[in-house]
Amino acid sequence: MKLDSKIPEGPLSEKWNNYKAGQKLVNPANKRNLDIIVIGTGLAGASAAASFGEMGFKVKNFTIQDSPRRAHSIAAQGGVNAAKNYPNDGDSVHRLFYDTVKGGDYRAREANVYRLASVSNDIIDQCVAQGVPFAREYGGLLDNRSFGGAQVSRTFYAKGQTGQQLLIGAYQALMRQVNAGTVDMYTRTEIVDYVMVDGKCRGVIARDLVTGEFSRHFGHAVVMATGGYGNTFFLSTNAMGSNGSAAIKAYEKGAAFANPCFAQIHPTCIPVHGEFQSKLTLMSESLRNDGRIWVPKKKEDAEAIRAGKKKPTDLSEDERDYYLERRYPAFGNLVPRDVASRAAKERCDAGYGVGATGLAVYLDFKSSIERLGEDAIRARYGNLFQMYEKIVDDNPYKEPMMIYPAIHYTMGGIWVDYELQTTVPGLFAAGEANFSDHGANRLGASALMQGLADGYFVLPYTIQNYLADDIRTPRMTGEEKEFVEAENAAKAKFEKLMSVQGNRSVDSLHKELGLVMWDFVGMARNKKGLEEAIEKIAAIKKEFWTNVKIPGSDKGMNVELEKASRLADFITTGDLMARDALNREESCGGHFREEYQTEEGEALRQDDKFAYAACWEYQGDDKAPVMHKEDLNFEVVKVAQRNYK
Amino acid sequence: MDNNISLTLKVWRQNDAQDKGRFETYKLEAVSTDSSFLEMMDILNEQLIGEGKEPVAFDHDCREGICGMCSLYINGRPHGPDDDVTTCQLHMRKFKDGETITIEPWRSAGFPVIKDLIVNRSAFDQIIAAGGYTSVSTGGVPDANALPIPKPDADEAMDAASCIGCGACVATCKNGSAMLFVSAKVSHLALLPQGKVEAARRAKAMVGKMDELGFGNCTNTGACEVECPKGISISNIARLNREYLSAKLQD
Amino acid sequence: MSNLFCSSIGRKLLMSLSGLFLIIFLIVHLSINLLLLIPDGGESFNLAANFMALPAIKFGLQPVLALGFIVHIAYGAILTLQNNKARGNSKYASGNKTKEVMWASKNMFVLGITIFAFLAVHLVDYWIPLQITHAAESVTIGGTEMHNTYALVKANLQNPIKVGLYIIGSLGLAVHLTHGFWSAFQTLGASNGIWRRRWTVAGTVFAWVVGLGFCVIAVAMLLS
Repeated sequence: MKLDSKIPEGPLSEKWNNYKAGQKLVNPANKRNLDIIVIGTGLAGASAAASFGEMGFKVKNFTIQDSPRRAHSIAAQGGVNAAKNYPNDGDSVHRLFYDTVKGGDYRAREANVYRLASVSNDIIDQCVAQGVPFAREYGGLLDNRSFGGAQVSRTFYAKGQTGQQLLIGAYQALMRQVNAGTVDMYTRTEIVDYVMVDGKCRGVIARDLVTGEFSRHFGHAVVMATGGYGNTFFLSTNAMGSNGSAAIKAYEKGAAFANPCFAQIHPTCIPVHGEFQSKLTLMSESLRNDGRIWVPKKKEDAEAIRAGKKKPTDLSEDERDYYLERRYPAFGNLVPRDVASRAAKERCDAGYGVGATGLAVYLDFKSSIERLGEDAIRARYGNLFQMYEKIVDDNPYKEPMMIYPAIHYTMGGIWVDYELQTTVPGLFAAGEANFSDHGANRLGASALMQGLADGYFVLPYTIQNYLADDIRTPRMTGEEKEFVEAENAAKAKFEKLMSVQGNRSVDSLHKELGLVMWDFVGMARNKKGLEEAIEKIAAIKKEFWTNVKIPGSDKGMNVELEKASRLADFITTGDLMARDALNREESCGGHFREEYQTEEGEALRQDDKFAYAACWEYQGDDKAPVMHKEDLNFEVVKVAQRNYK
Repeated sequence: MDNNISLTLKVWRQNDAQDKGRFETYKLEAVSTDSSFLEMMDILNEQLIGEGKEPVAFDHDCREGICGMCSLYINGRPHGPDDDVTTCQLHMRKFKDGETITIEPWRSAGFPVIKDLIVNRSAFDQIIAAGGYTSVSTGGVPDANALPIPKPDADEAMDAASCIGCGACVATCKNGSAMLFVSAKVSHLALLPQGKVEAARRAKAMVGKMDELGFGNCTNTGACEVECPKGISISNIARLNREYLSAKLQD
Repeated sequence: MSNLFCSSIGRKLLMSLSGLFLIIFLIVHLSINLLLLIPDGGESFNLAANFMALPAIKFGLQPVLALGFIVHIAYGAILTLQNNKARGNSKYASGNKTKEVMWASKNMFVLGITIFAFLAVHLVDYWIPLQITHAAESVTIGGTEMHNTYALVKANLQNPIKVGLYIIGSLGLAVHLTHGFWSAFQTLGASNGIWRRRWTVAGTVFAWVVGLGFCVIAVAMLLS
């Protein structure tokens, strides 16, 4: 496998301009004759599909939801970063670029990140023109707030619903194109495979989730923008339907899967309450501005609290261990997500955890309420406190909140070059689905930025460079043998799933996979555990294919069948994550190997050995994948150890 | 904290759009009151799968009250017996031990049932496609701060824009009217200078599509704003009326 | 303006405008009825009633009033039918338990029917004898001969059953107005968060002043 990142010539700040100056374009008359398939309608998918439609391409857009507006981008709370420097606090494209590379623990590709930072301002302009109601100052101009990992205020926000508002902006643009007839929208439709013709991706096989019927769709190019694979862990902050199947299908067709082990664990989520928990709810990172995180200093107190014999409010100040403030006096409760998550796990593993399960720490607003008054806290976090109260039935104004880390975002994904093209010609990957911009850890408010950058401002250029060579390729009918074969293979897979008729429900197997992932491929990983995980995942795979139980039939709507086909791919993803984590003998960002830490327990990178993106190539169902390296060369950024003490 | 309750569930079952449908009754033991309503549905489905029966199909996704996918009509109210929540944010502590819970799909001519508790809300997408946008294409737009917008207008637009498109307004309306949904979008855009440009055209197009799709006429009962999980006000409906009538008078 | 009245908001506009027009009629009607309470043997009331029978009013305004009623009733029926259709064939087995919704707002059509019955009785009792058959007796006031409307009203309101029906009709009207008044302004778009509260308060006061006003007059006539 050849990994050509196609980084343009020139100094970093000129690369994107140089690319655009030299790239091939498609004239308007030819655009009408070129079809693009877009999978997914989140920020990346909807913005790409809308932009392609506006340019005059014929677009087919697919989503598993009942409406494009429901994609999980909608759940992002905090905001979207841009280097506008409206507050005049010293921000610039270069600084946003630098913060992103550093925040990613120096495991991202410089050229991509620089382009991301340089189009960030256009995103804000575009969204405002669409009518996104960003928060404003009394003077009528846009307001900014600050977020983790930055020394400037560069985050634009719309209440606590920024993702929703950005997605609705993109959705509206998309529906405008649907109305104009340039985009055909397929809702409640899942992509079950890609079609390869003469070594290029030329279409997809789709399954209608309502009727269970398969259909073949041709595209001169295919864009997959289907988000991350956090649900491999069963419990995550992702939506129930979020899945990594389109990525795994791409991987199985020859697209390299890069850095699968880079998964972000968010420190402030509501803890697991019981066996039937279905998902974890995130509490915004902003809470750490005024909340103090602690556990009891004495184990006896922690045990008494777990047994319900003591309440957190019974403990005096000197009986509490504000461990983040103790360990990281400089950043205190505002250390980056990966650091805060690991510290919580360390305390709980040592037996100081609280809550019925012992897997929780306190996030306490008492001192802030004393200092600022309850009204000030209510004004800042009222909606979050209410959300917490609805879920947990505790009053966070009186008792500290309980939080615990949970899987949130996956930085790894399908490998793409500078043009966002995968190693499969004609197949592009955008948004969280690709690996390109966040390295080993993503900063807050950067996911929205990346999704929209890819969809509005990168793909509309780079895809033309690819399609310009395809203007003579006629549309295919879907009757070609490659399409027929792909459809038959997909049908066979679903028939195989239905034919197992074992005894285990899909969810029970998924939970089993999730537990293995959390225990061995979660916040802290080690060689022995990862080797064990690979074996356990193989056993789950065997159990799945011999003992899964799917009621009903493959005709008509069958939710269990949908879940089963996704779980089959999550098992593949889990295996890839474990292998990648085992290979990466260093700790960086969201990936923490216990063997590689400093004496104080901090992450220890091995830049001489692992300054590369690990790209996994599929070899067949029962064969181990092969790893290829894309070396990361830092021309501008000075690589250094992150220090938050 | 561990409180378990037993429940009797009366659940609407319907194989597909053509099926007549019927209620089926299930017993569920030992449900933790800390569970969310949808986790209770998961437990029911695991039980049904264990018995070799088909699980109940219901729409859900983000399970944190923002995607607008979940849509159950529980004991006479869309999103059940709690205020300002979606079904996924409803918790079992709102129910008593031994209670019978009736679970139905949204019912409205505009939202035909697809299966069990899942309905087809694509009419909402069609209404947005008819005009619920600003006609700007990617690129070539002015700087975001080129046009100051009074903070109260921006805040009011945000309140209207917080609609999640769940359809509870239609589900609870005795007239099956979609006016709250349409007015939220029309208001969101009409309040901002970027959207004001084509406000008249938008109001006409969206109302026209709403009528065409067979939604009912608003009679200002206000049930929609009571059940709206995002607390969207019917002041928006007044604004829509204003926008629409002034647009029509100019024709 | 084309096809305005084919749209849902257009149809509602007709309901709103005809409703507001009928509200003005109610104000005039109540004002004249209040003259019944003046202890002058019905002289003022008869003069006012006679004024209302002037050809300009009888042939100029009455058809407009009739049109107002017809539009309000016809569109009320059309909207109700359409809305039932939009609701769909399947009803909720668990009913509708949404709280904080005004009962009147959900029962405007039923309330309208009670008012319609009231209107029909009115037409039979007054309009026909006074303006069609002229069967009502006469009286001469200030040299002008006119119908003794006062005597007709008084005769009707000596019957406790009629007074009872009158009160039911008036209360139905009041409840109808508690929703109808502010709703008319909402439909015109003349409402927002602040004005909605104002219209609701004004509407409630107005509704009960009108409803109770008619009741008080009927009872007073019964007792006099």
